[in-house]
Amino acid sequence: MSESRESTHDDGEPRQPSKARRRRVPAIRIPDNPPPGPFRPEFWRSPLRGPWLTSVLGLVLLGGITVVAITGLLSYAAYNPWLPLNDLTPGKGLLGFYLFDWPTSPSWLYRLTQGTHVILGLTLLPVLLAKLWSVIPKLFTWPPARSLAHALERASLLLLVGGAIFEFVTGILNIQLFYVFPFSFYSAHLYGAWIFIAAFVVHAAIKLPRVVGTLRARGVRHDLGASLAETRPEPPDDTGLVSPDPATPTMSRRGLLAFVGGGSLALFGLSVGQSIDGPLRRTALLAPHGRIYGPGPNDFQVNKTAAAMGIAPAETGDGWRLEVQGPRPVRLSRAGLLAMPLHTYALPIACVEGWSTQQEWTGVRLTDLARLAGAAGAVEVVVRSLQKGGVFSRVSLSAQQVADPRSMLALRVNGADLSLDHGYPARIIVPNAPGVHCTKWVRRLEFLRESA
Amino acid sequence: MSGLPPRLRELRERAAARYGANPLQLLALIACFALAGYAAGRVFAAGIWIGFLIWFVGAAIFHDFVLFPLYALADVAIRSSSRHRRIPVAGRWPPWINYLRVPAGLSALLLLVWFPLILHGSQHEYRKAVGLDTTPYLGHWLLVTAVLFAGSAVTYALSVRAGAGRPPTPPRHLPKA
Repeated sequence: MSESRESTHDDGEPRQPSKARRRRVPAIRIPDNPPPGPFRPEFWRSPLRGPWLTSVLGLVLLGGITVVAITGLLSYAAYNPWLPLNDLTPGKGLLGFYLFDWPTSPSWLYRLTQGTHVILGLTLLPVLLAKLWSVIPKLFTWPPARSLAHALERASLLLLVGGAIFEFVTGILNIQLFYVFPFSFYSAHLYGAWIFIAAFVVHAAIKLPRVVGTLRARGVRHDLGASLAETRPEPPDDTGLVSPDPATPTMSRRGLLAFVGGGSLALFGLSVGQSIDGPLRRTALLAPHGRIYGPGPNDFQVNKTAAAMGIAPAETGDGWRLEVQGPRPVRLSRAGLLAMPLHTYALPIACVEGWSTQQEWTGVRLTDLARLAGAAGAVEVVVRSLQKGGVFSRVSLSAQQVADPRSMLALRVNGADLSLDHGYPARIIVPNAPGVHCTKWVRRLEFLRESA
Repeated sequence: MSGLPPRLRELRERAAARYGANPLQLLALIACFALAGYAAGRVFAAGIWIGFLIWFVGAAIFHDFVLFPLYALADVAIRSSSRHRRIPVAGRWPPWINYLRVPAGLSALLLLVWFPLILHGSQHEYRKAVGLDTTPYLGHWLLVTAVLFAGSAVTYALSVRAGAGRPPTPPRHLPKA
């Protein structure tokens, strides 16, 4: 049948084949009839699939993923990668076009944006899975490509689906410290995000008119009001989502949405506590940093223990001295630091992994230490830790961060000396900085004139 | 500007017909591939492209050909057992399939997300960072699972009680012809 169509497909005129090259490569012929199994539309029998359901889930993801993407890009900016030592993805090229001097106020901003990035990401996972479930027949659409446009769009969908799952998987594994991937999390999660964002924006632009049209035509109330007995398949259309042979429904559409919402609620409710202080922290039953350490002043979240970072007790004992470098270098003992003017501020430690906690820190202002070393005006500081290795054993703080009166070399927390796991003898605390920039076990501060 | 001249419009229509969609869609997709290609170039420059590619493509394959078939088959199993075990005499037993599906689905979702903690996969790094053991997570997950199933069972019992007083409802099937 298709043989004859193929042979008369040429322009009819018997043309002299001037060069044989036209026919030398046999064209890959796609049979008109789909192979059995998932390539046949009647294989897919769920009565709930259809453009309405996909549109609702898509709209939730459009809003949610936009927030997750923006907060993620902000997290990169929060590291101030334009300062020496701080950029974990120095090959970013143009992708750092939006970076700016990350502010120190409000002090809770990074706590909020990064908590949102992680917790909202977790919350959206069931919606993403449901969305992929709702469109899975399209993966097996036949023929695989109807036109060049269709082929290109499907290629972009590989970037979309691969990118979405890649970002969720790397993020979810990273917050659990399950480092099984063969690459640096920072590079892979950042570059993967840009591949995903490229496909996400175009997908949203192509599909949004259809989503709006579908929701306008069918409304939202009808399906949210329909019980199981009133649930009918969506009318047949050309989207390829509605089953041509739907089974009897066993769940209403609103039931399915409630199921998905329940999954989101479970993930949210069991993890959001790790970003909240007080008794609610105990609700984080399934989150890496919802643990309770005890009632003491130092009993709050630890990330990187002294033992793991190779801090020897001798290094932090009476022999410990802080080197402050500048035009007039000084060396200070802990007693010497405690004799300087001390200030107390309640400031959060907020981790890139999404958890955070606010504590009351007491210490010496970085500006006072800069002045002591003879560094005047706008100065940056390079902080060096006693810790052995690790990407954050040295970090740079911006002139804006040094200048904030709440930026301190903290010596005490909640009225007690810092514990060894919290950075004894001294640690940095900077408002609104990512936790990894609040260096523990500080050994040296090097004040430098502002570079930019 | 008085719209496109007829010849240009004809050209555009022919191009659209050949391409298979609005030429604007082609422009958008080219922009998408350009940005994604640039980011992929950064991955290459970072020297991690092999692992990255395997995980990126593997993520899509894992979802489409492992995770999806697994939960679809699990659902088929639940549905068929629910059909076989329906108690036809009473008629007042409401279908129980969703009272099994929902707690099982939510419990599986939590395991899917938190398996490195629940199954102690990240124990080593976790202990180094947090200073604590991952041991409690298995208990937490089992506790949440138990609460989900218990809550579902109680809800089912309540719906059975509520239905007991009512006359039996006819078996629910879509009208066939």
